[in-house]
Amino acid sequence: MIQVRQLEKKFGRNSVLKKLDLSVGEGGIYAILGPNGSGKTSLIKCILGMTIPDRGEIKVNGLPVSQSWKYRKSINYMPQIAQFPGNLKLRELIRMIKDLREAPSDEDELIHLFGLEPFMGQKMAHLSGGTRQKANIILAFMFDSPILILDEPTTGLDPASLIKLKKLIRREKERGKTILLTSHIMSFVEDVADEIIYLLEGVIYFHGTIAQLKSHTGQDDVEHAIATIAEIKTPTYA
Amino acid sequence: MKTHYLQWSVLSLLLVIASWNTARPGNINVCSDCSITSVQQAIQQARPYDTILVHHGIYPEFNIVIDKPLYIRGMGQPVIDGENRGEIIQILSDSVTLDGITIRNVETSYTKDHAAIRIIQSRDFLLQNLLVEDFFFGIYLQKSNNGTIRNNQLRGNGINEFGSGNGIHLWYAQHVLIENNEIQGARDGIYFEFADSSIIRNNYSHHNIRYGLHFMFSNHDVYEHNTFEQNGAGVAVMFSKNIDMISNTFTQNWGPSSYGLLLKEIYDANIQGNKFIKNTIGIQVEGSNRINYTENDFAENGWALKIRGAIYSNTFTQNNFLHNSFDLSYNSKLHDNVFVSNYWSKYTGYDLDRDGIGDVPYRPVNLFSYIVNRIPESIILLRSLFMDLVDFSEKVSPAFTPDHLVDPSPLMKKVP
Amino acid sequence: MLKILKYSFYDLMRSRWSYVYFIFYLLLGFGLLFLNHDLSKGVITMMNIIVVLVPLIGTIFGIMYYYNSKEFTELLLAQPIRRSRIFLGQYLGVAGSLTMCLTLGLGIPFVIYGLFRSDAIWQFGLLILIGAFLTFIFTALAFNIAINNENRIKGFGYAILLWLFMAVLFDGIFLIALITFEQYPLDNFSLLATLFNPIDLSRILILLKLDISALLGYTGAVFKQFFGTHIGFLTSMSTLVLWTIVPILLLIRAAKRKDF
Repeated sequence: MIQVRQLEKKFGRNSVLKKLDLSVGEGGIYAILGPNGSGKTSLIKCILGMTIPDRGEIKVNGLPVSQSWKYRKSINYMPQIAQFPGNLKLRELIRMIKDLREAPSDEDELIHLFGLEPFMGQKMAHLSGGTRQKANIILAFMFDSPILILDEPTTGLDPASLIKLKKLIRREKERGKTILLTSHIMSFVEDVADEIIYLLEGVIYFHGTIAQLKSHTGQDDVEHAIATIAEIKTPTYA
Repeated sequence: MKTHYLQWSVLSLLLVIASWNTARPGNINVCSDCSITSVQQAIQQARPYDTILVHHGIYPEFNIVIDKPLYIRGMGQPVIDGENRGEIIQILSDSVTLDGITIRNVETSYTKDHAAIRIIQSRDFLLQNLLVEDFFFGIYLQKSNNGTIRNNQLRGNGINEFGSGNGIHLWYAQHVLIENNEIQGARDGIYFEFADSSIIRNNYSHHNIRYGLHFMFSNHDVYEHNTFEQNGAGVAVMFSKNIDMISNTFTQNWGPSSYGLLLKEIYDANIQGNKFIKNTIGIQVEGSNRINYTENDFAENGWALKIRGAIYSNTFTQNNFLHNSFDLSYNSKLHDNVFVSNYWSKYTGYDLDRDGIGDVPYRPVNLFSYIVNRIPESIILLRSLFMDLVDFSEKVSPAFTPDHLVDPSPLMKKVP
Repeated sequence: MLKILKYSFYDLMRSRWSYVYFIFYLLLGFGLLFLNHDLSKGVITMMNIIVVLVPLIGTIFGIMYYYNSKEFTELLLAQPIRRSRIFLGQYLGVAGSLTMCLTLGLGIPFVIYGLFRSDAIWQFGLLILIGAFLTFIFTALAFNIAINNENRIKGFGYAILLWLFMAVLFDGIFLIALITFEQYPLDNFSLLATLFNPIDLSRILILLKLDISALLGYTGAVFKQFFGTHIGFLTSMSTLVLWTIVPILLLIRAAKRKDF
């Protein structure tokens, strides 16, 4: 589904992605982990075409993404920080994104699920952080695209909403979708992820299933396993 | 005795009739099937004070000499066609009237000043209702006085200064009235050289190559209610004294060194109630003194007044300066000239006591006009914010512009 | 692109500042015409105001809109839309709404005071045309500054400097150059120099209308040809078109390379 080959990106003198190779198959949930500044978001933005790589190649559905835009029809993205044009109402925002993507959507169910009906007529600037994040979820999940990219989807969510989000993610997986996500919350990752990609200073140190991660590091829980990889600092591919 | 008396009376009556018949001016008809078919022939046969009626038709004649007092009248606008073979009519006698005739095709010469009508050392002439076309010189007065030129049309076809002459040309003439004529396509529409005590009124002089009206060494003349439009330059008054210029309109005289009115070495003139509209320069003044400029309108000119060299004792009052690119430019000292009680559309002062007079003086010279004087190309910065700022700061604290050159009592409302 | 344009335009039309801008012109137009019923004089005064004000507003609005719509832009970038279309759409939205404010704000008072029955209509058309050109040029320049400066304060600073330079400093430097090289023939230089400043170009279009009598007073043959014929008008117009197109192309180029 997604192939990344020899990807390099520098911001100024700071090298954030170093000859990165990654292959993500069709279907399944892939969690990209790593400390702050390890290049998670940069990788995602490169895939989305928001950041332009210095070198290397990215293919989505077998087609190169550079200077292309049609492939984004098959991707839905949920950005890390839920920022929206402040003077649009939530209803207008949803209508606008629908209008722009020109794809079938089922937002009503999601609005009901997260209880956003009372906020539909309010301007985005007046919504709380949590509500905005819910809106962010709705915008990402309301379309039926084969790829979902979620950057820190759990930020600012209350426990009830978190459970709903997990359910949603699993449902989408069952529909055969490829889901790429980043998170700092290991319990969440352990709960949903099929495969883990561990990124440190722009290099992939580990790529494998959670079981492989545990056996590889000899740790019982994911949190410790991750910490161990960070200490070994030698790239390992299961 | 009785019979004798009767015989005498009949005889005397006959004599009276006969003598009256000879003394009475007769009518001589000229037409293509009359006994007389040329104007020249009619003049030769006419006695003084006869009337020659020239009927409709074309008379190819030139060098016609009128040497006795005659009234030559066109019936149905006959045409005397000079066919470019020299001068057409010469008047050598007093009391000649030409009326209602078209005269055309005067020979252009670079050695002789051929004219459609030349009046030589004669007086009491009247030229009216004439149409003069394709002339070199139109009407040429040479040492002739006390005449009237009115209601004539002069249409020249001059292209450059060398190949064209003047429309109405006066050389040593006095007491001439020139009114209601229209002159175009000449070198100078009207030209005065040593022409004194004459009046030019209600003429329309336009599209002439050099000047609409040109004075040289002529004194005590008046020109009023004339319009000068799109000439090389409107009017040039040079080396003359006591000229009254009243209620004329000078408009659209455009081009480098083009102006509505040029004054050069003029003394004691009166310029009143004229309109200077859309000229490159409204009035260019060179060395002219003791002149009163009153109640004139200067509107939308490049420069309303451009003064070259020193001038003395001129007064500018009750004039309207309306939306000129520059109101005043000069390159020397302005000495004892007075600007007082004019209306300046650029004036931004206030009138707190509401007496109709601005409370702060107006400075007609701004720094930009000073700069343009020095560097003509900088005209391209006209109306730029930078120049406005510079002018404003100069207005607040004058450094380059003379601080004594002010209108101390600028009017708040236009002079009607 | 049309959709982006639609949303940007719609977004701006609802913003308070657009109303302020619109009402400012409306009041200015009515005020001017109330004091002086002469439409031609009104157009002339407006022209003097517009060559300075429109670039300022275009610059500030352009840079403000770009920075304020960063979220919107990032939202759009993840959607299946060509990048150049996103920025072009936003740019046209801003420039279009500003031009509309100008046209309506001035158009309404002038029409009420009888524009269609007067011969000032061509001059008014020129006024709006110049206003539109300056809006599109300076909004494009502002977008370029914004896209190349992540730091908003810096971006604002550069934008204001740009306006100050074009509106005032350029002419100052120009004049100093003229004074320095006084003894050389300068007519070619001065005409050429104005081509490098869209504000000066617009001003020349206005001079051609208002001050032709003064312009023709200069004796240089080049000036005479430039101002005395249609060459001046055509050159100025086509250079203004260039001034509009080049920043837009630069914007598209920068948009393609920019990381978000």
